[in-house]
Amino acid sequence: MADNNGNQKDGLPRIGFYICHCGTNIAGVIDVAAVAKYVAGLPGVVVSRDYKYMCSDPGQEMIAADIREHKLERLVVAACSPNLHEETFRKAAAKGGLNSFYFQMVNIREHASWVHEDKAAATQKAKDLARAAVYRVRFHQSLEKKQVPVDPNVLVVGGGIAGIHAALTLANAGKKVTLVERESTIGGHMAAFDKTFPTLDCAACILTPKMSAVKSHPNITLWTYSEVEKVEGYVGNYKVTVRRKPRYVKEDLCVGCMECIDACVFKEPKFPAKFDQGLGKRKPVYIDFPQATPKVVMIDPETCIQFKTGKCKKSCAAACDRDAIDFAQKPEIKELQVGAIVLATGFQTFDSKKAPQYGYGKYPGVYTALEIERLVNASGPTSGEVTLRDGRHPKSVGIIHCVGSRDEKTNKWCSRVCCMYSLKLAHLIKEHSGAEVYNFYIDMRAPGKAYEEFYDKLLSEGVHFIRGRVAEVTDWAMTPEEEGKLVLRVEDTLAGFVRRVPVDMVVLSTGLEPKADAQEVRRRFNIGCGNEGFFQERHPKLAPVNTFTDGVFIAGACQAPKDIPDTVAQAGAAAAEALALIDAGHVELEPNTSHVVEEECSGCKSCVALCPYTAITFNESKKKAEINEVLCKGCGVCAAACPSGSIKQNLFEDDEIFSEIEGVLGK
Amino acid sequence: MPDKPKVAFYWCASCGGCEEAVVDLAEDILKVVEAVDIVLWPVAMDFKKADVEARPDKSIAVAFINGAIRTSEQEEWVRMLRRKAGLVVSFGACANSGGIPALANQFKKEQILKYVYEDCPGVDNPAKTRPQTETTDEGRTVTLPEFRSMVRSLDEVIEVDYYLPGCPPTPKLIMAAVGAILAGKLPPQGTVLSPDNALCEECKRKDSKPADLALTEFKRPHQIQIDPEKCMLAQGLVCMGPATRSGCEARCVEGNMPCTGCFGPSSRVKDQGAKFVSSVFSNIAPKEAPEIDKVLDGIPDPIGTFYRYGLSKCILRRKLN
Repeated sequence: MADNNGNQKDGLPRIGFYICHCGTNIAGVIDVAAVAKYVAGLPGVVVSRDYKYMCSDPGQEMIAADIREHKLERLVVAACSPNLHEETFRKAAAKGGLNSFYFQMVNIREHASWVHEDKAAATQKAKDLARAAVYRVRFHQSLEKKQVPVDPNVLVVGGGIAGIHAALTLANAGKKVTLVERESTIGGHMAAFDKTFPTLDCAACILTPKMSAVKSHPNITLWTYSEVEKVEGYVGNYKVTVRRKPRYVKEDLCVGCMECIDACVFKEPKFPAKFDQGLGKRKPVYIDFPQATPKVVMIDPETCIQFKTGKCKKSCAAACDRDAIDFAQKPEIKELQVGAIVLATGFQTFDSKKAPQYGYGKYPGVYTALEIERLVNASGPTSGEVTLRDGRHPKSVGIIHCVGSRDEKTNKWCSRVCCMYSLKLAHLIKEHSGAEVYNFYIDMRAPGKAYEEFYDKLLSEGVHFIRGRVAEVTDWAMTPEEEGKLVLRVEDTLAGFVRRVPVDMVVLSTGLEPKADAQEVRRRFNIGCGNEGFFQERHPKLAPVNTFTDGVFIAGACQAPKDIPDTVAQAGAAAAEALALIDAGHVELEPNTSHVVEEECSGCKSCVALCPYTAITFNESKKKAEINEVLCKGCGVCAAACPSGSIKQNLFEDDEIFSEIEGVLGK
Repeated sequence: MPDKPKVAFYWCASCGGCEEAVVDLAEDILKVVEAVDIVLWPVAMDFKKADVEARPDKSIAVAFINGAIRTSEQEEWVRMLRRKAGLVVSFGACANSGGIPALANQFKKEQILKYVYEDCPGVDNPAKTRPQTETTDEGRTVTLPEFRSMVRSLDEVIEVDYYLPGCPPTPKLIMAAVGAILAGKLPPQGTVLSPDNALCEECKRKDSKPADLALTEFKRPHQIQIDPEKCMLAQGLVCMGPATRSGCEARCVEGNMPCTGCFGPSSRVKDQGAKFVSSVFSNIAPKEAPEIDKVLDGIPDPIGTFYRYGLSKCILRRKLN
């Protein structure tokens, strides 16, 4: 170490520099002693040391002791990413009696030792980065964190199993929760399933009690057929605008007796039921399924005669003794104040028409997995009887895995659940119809608790497994046996030849993908998306339900494809994170915010529209811009764009940035 | 009669407009003449270099120097004036930040000389003769100043005490500066003698500027009938006002022309052009590259638009290769 413990002749603040070995993570590549020696010679530096683990207690204690002993006025630590330990060293500075923000961190692990092999060059880079920080830290100012209270209410968006579980967990902890669901009932995809893998327990039996619990919970306000339109504010204090779409039935009056449905002028259901994937039919006044929650009917204005012609005799309204039918219902706009938001907006399945080689929409015998879920469901359109669209019973069924998954042409990712649900459907089809079932798979992925065992069970049940990606489904028969069948052409990669497998029914195991409007939604909630469009978690391992927007958490398949157990676990985690935020009672805001220097501002308004957090307003009486420092996230857009340099951002003032640039360039 | 303070005016690479600005003081010039002795003013009075050289150091109270620095002769002159003068005021945009002459920094010296002495239409120079710093003719040696490789601002050559901004500085600012100097009421060294806010502060059209410009195209003044009341930027005209120091009382805008930025940036801004680009381009409505490009096509000469007066005093400064 170096210690020229005299008065600073150059008038610069007294700087302490510390470089971490991080075991061999840094020291294995970078000559840390050489860096420490080099920095010791830089202007203003009075202490320069290297140490095995700076983040350890002795490391932090060393910093605090040096601050006191050497009267350090600035602190620079070269170690890992500030994401990991910036807070650690800020605390170490405070422990030594130095304002936490007189500190600058240099990332020489992720930015140097981990990414370079040339030791000399990596060491030089570490020196350059350290020099930049030493030049910059001189200009640092003393700053304080601000505290703001947290609103204890929570918004959960999406009423699938993830949203349901998160809402119940939060409500059970005593928090007031508003659950907003886009569709007319909660339950999500899971409500459409017959059984769940690998236990084969009935989906409805485990889900519907939770759905009713949501409805009856005193701490939960359930808004179905509603969408979040706008989110304003910041962590702990979000203002949310929700649009409640008209269902033309008064929710508080309807008891779900369904007499209106019986009374409808359409004697028979005539329109494809979305909940049954179009395989079943419904009337213009309908309810998705008997256990729909809330148990409230709705009217589809696209098919209702009253809406289309205005000349219906409205027998539905006449049949309702509670006068719940309201053809004049208008959308309602509601506003909510919440402290935290859990996003559980789910997924959509791959559109099979984008894989035309499998003939979906062309051959009536080709089905999607979700359609089969309804066909094998006891409360589905066929009461669980596996029948083809023409009424025949299939004697043989081919299940094609990885449709819209693991495919360069469509979606590259593995959807994680398709192998398992294909096994489940194979079991159920065989059970319900006795048909021969063939699974066509690339790899069998069964990496969950009791999953591999489930696969073994299927093998013993006589289901056929053929390893190979199916090339096409065709009705072009080459032999008499293939006449009238759908033929799957596939290279059996285990047997090493091309097979033609004739079947009556083809099931496409479609992959999971982001909702079509995921981009819009993520912008509305100001969070990020990965390349594939799933919501971006803050850290893939250490913060899987957090986002880069504080107070907004994600759970379930909106983050990535996952099965029910993982979804529920994640929903619980998101609820716990929200609780941790709320029960802390307040949040500390980073002081890296911007402010307008009032006497310098010319009132040109250039900044106002640029703020992504609506933190800037124009004060019409003063003719100056003003920044709400609580709303400000410190993104720096306004400071960069202020054409007269009248907006300053703490920790990113021009002097700090320019001196850092000069430092890194070695000027 | 006691000695009046002595004042020098000098010009370097400039158009003469700054001299005109002094003349524009009109009858006020008489007050100046009454208060001071002018000891150098090439545009109006016959003093030689030797006359100034002969004066003792620091004997001139203040030297007002306009124009950018391109030649060795200009360097000699301003260095001498720095020795002779107690105060040096950098006068006008060219002296302050290179001005129009500095736009030549987009080209290398060789490119400029080749164009001017060979390629320019109308040049008849088959021998490709170029000016030389020294040549002998009939036994006499004749010299010319050296043409330097770039245009510099005055303060890159000598120390400057104050700056008067503008192309040219307005008579009002000139009188205020002269008044302050004569009265000895001087701000800290290095100050620009004009308010440190952006022009919008004193622009009468300020209220008509919308908070969200959402620009969909840029227009040039000759392409439209300019609304005499409405904010220039709101009309799609590049008005440098938000990034330009005030003090001119928005004269160009008063004359229904957008601000071109001659007063330079505020003291907080290191690069006026970059600042303005960062600001106004953030206010473009389209968000996708092809549509953005289409909007930007409305600015055929970005350097000439955003760095019209400041190429010597910005991060770009000049073309290297």
